[in-house]
Amino acid sequence: MEDQKKILGEVTQSDYKYGFVTNIETDTFGKGLNEDVIRMISAKKKEPKWMLDFRLHAYREWLEMEMPEWAYLNIPPIDYQDIIYYAAPKQKVSPESLDEVDPELLDTFNKLGIPLEEQKLLTGVAVDAVIDSVSVKTTFKENLAEKGIIFCSFSEAVQEHPDLVQKYLGMSVPSNDNFFAALNSAVFSDGSFCYIPKGVRCPMELSAYFRINAANTGQFERTLIIADDDSYVSYLEGCTAPQRDENQLHAAVVEIIAMENAEVKYSTVQNWYPGDKDGKGGVFNFVTKRGICKGEGSKILWNQVETGSAITWKYPSCVLMGDNSIAEFNSVAVTNNYQQADTGTKMIHIGKNTKSRIVSKGISAGRSSNSYRGLVKVVPRAENARNFSQCDSLLLGDKCGAHTFPYIEVMNNSSIVEHEATTSKIGEDQIFYCNQRGISTEDAIGMIVNGYAKEVINKLPMEFAVEAQKLLQISLEGSVG
Amino acid sequence: MIMLKIKDLCASIEGKEILKGINLEIKSGEVHAIMGPNGSGKSTLANVLTGRENYEVTNGKVEFMGKNLFDLAPEDRAREGLFLSFQYPVEIPGVSMANFLKTSVNEHRKYKGLEPLSAGDFLKLMREKKELVEIDSHLTNRSVNEGFSGGEKKKNEIFQMAMLEPKLSILDETDSGLDIDALRIVSNGVNALKSKDTSTIVVTHYQRLLDYIVPDFVHVLYKGRIVKSAGKELALELEEKGYDWIKNEMGE
Repeated sequence: MEDQKKILGEVTQSDYKYGFVTNIETDTFGKGLNEDVIRMISAKKKEPKWMLDFRLHAYREWLEMEMPEWAYLNIPPIDYQDIIYYAAPKQKVSPESLDEVDPELLDTFNKLGIPLEEQKLLTGVAVDAVIDSVSVKTTFKENLAEKGIIFCSFSEAVQEHPDLVQKYLGMSVPSNDNFFAALNSAVFSDGSFCYIPKGVRCPMELSAYFRINAANTGQFERTLIIADDDSYVSYLEGCTAPQRDENQLHAAVVEIIAMENAEVKYSTVQNWYPGDKDGKGGVFNFVTKRGICKGEGSKILWNQVETGSAITWKYPSCVLMGDNSIAEFNSVAVTNNYQQADTGTKMIHIGKNTKSRIVSKGISAGRSSNSYRGLVKVVPRAENARNFSQCDSLLLGDKCGAHTFPYIEVMNNSSIVEHEATTSKIGEDQIFYCNQRGISTEDAIGMIVNGYAKEVINKLPMEFAVEAQKLLQISLEGSVG
Repeated sequence: MIMLKIKDLCASIEGKEILKGINLEIKSGEVHAIMGPNGSGKSTLANVLTGRENYEVTNGKVEFMGKNLFDLAPEDRAREGLFLSFQYPVEIPGVSMANFLKTSVNEHRKYKGLEPLSAGDFLKLMREKKELVEIDSHLTNRSVNEGFSGGEKKKNEIFQMAMLEPKLSILDETDSGLDIDALRIVSNGVNALKSKDTSTIVVTHYQRLLDYIVPDFVHVLYKGRIVKSAGKELALELEEKGYDWIKNEMGE
């Protein structure tokens, strides 16, 4: 028992390998938030008036709102005037080629294992990298443009494709949707924009990579994905942050719109800095993600592996508007040490014959708290709606907590809603069984947890699945004793 | 060659002493049966030897092929060639038997300084060994022990034993929960793996298993001590007279 703790303890000390800080000159505003700051952000980005109006409107709504308190989370007070709302690596805003990007910055992304160089061609992934608040470089834009696919930074989209942005911005997540969405709508500085035209199957995975570097800075990125009729795209999102003692705020918004028979697969591996083993520091991850299955037969899949952040408040949701539309939410959420997560989904069935499926796998270790919160709503006109939900919790040790809060509102009696939930513990028996077959305790935990989460990990694109498997193991080392 | 040498072994769990001075020597090629009533310490002995948590060794020493067993972590004991066929094999959902065994076999190979088996060689090895215990080929695609019947679980233990080719195998009540056909298959498997270089400890309540796996020695464990040792005829005598006979002999 003691030995096991010791071995695992040693490994835990070196767990977060992305905790370095990059020394690059940063262009920042002072701390604090008011209408002038918002005007400055907008001016800095040379935004049209409608964009500024959107921001100011959101800001005024935000002022009237209060932070939500219904989540099973213990959130320390946040001083919104003590945060920097704009930070950008000092360089030319839109580098024409990689030669113009600060080498320190390129080095950062290399350390993170995201080479922006053309070698990405081999893996067939197009990357949009957002550091602090600004999109640094989008690769493969030309290749994608041939197919009519637009994949660029949000700021660029506002300049180059204002009609699309104006039409769809706020459609899935209105600016007054919730406290954090309103804040994001007011101050978001960049993010990714993606448009797949009618009938186009995106030939490569599109990938956004987010990183917080500067201190005391909030990251507020915004992603907007529009899949037109009969199109398909698989979109990946990854994130890391340096190890800092103070908490950092991340309040992102992701909006997806799927038109007739379009399919969007959105996969996240969230690895924001979770704080140290005593619960000091870490990212507050308050994120609003929502997709609308707008067209008939459309499909949206949310796949997420959540291992990072001190506090996670996140409910990737789907509104199934189109008849015969399909939505899925597949999630693995891991909490260790003092991490807290309240995560889940909402499936709103509006169209006829709509189907949704929820698979949530929570894994709690240390003194962490891990909650699943999910809403399945079927409106009166949604005939023959189907939902299947499965919420499993796995506990490691006896000081952590797992909670399930399912909400079901069915107003149509032709629909079928099923919910299954289980709670289990990694047993010493399982670990010993592995030991007795020559498998070390570390490897055994990794194997058992990956087995438990297999159903979800199998849904991830290949390169993400491998990363996710490693992350699960790393995040949980030191957690059994 | 001496495979296992147990000297004055005392062990306790949660402060309660279960083993009170075990002495036993097992040579290569021998089969030893350990019998005894419930609570006599049979399973504790198996657990202490394989290094299960929560069992505390309070006295004595054990040498396994000349090495101090207690210097080795449980996984290293396994890699040295000590195998336990579990009385209650656990389920590991989502981990396929094939993946589990591949990890296990390659960990054993790594310990010996060998390269991991290629996927092809590994599958070939599995096919060969499966025949030995007559297990269905679909079993290796399923999660470790998940949804296996009692008989399948025990066959699966012997299948793993065949894959890992241990030096010393401890069969902890491998006969419990087996019908007569499964008992025959499991025993045939064990016998097929027997050689002059390997040894077996058969822990059981009943004589029945020993009709198939014939022991060279039978030991009776009672209240944490080996109170009687003899040849295979002792098992028959126990079957006939019951454990009360031992209790009476002990003056109780």
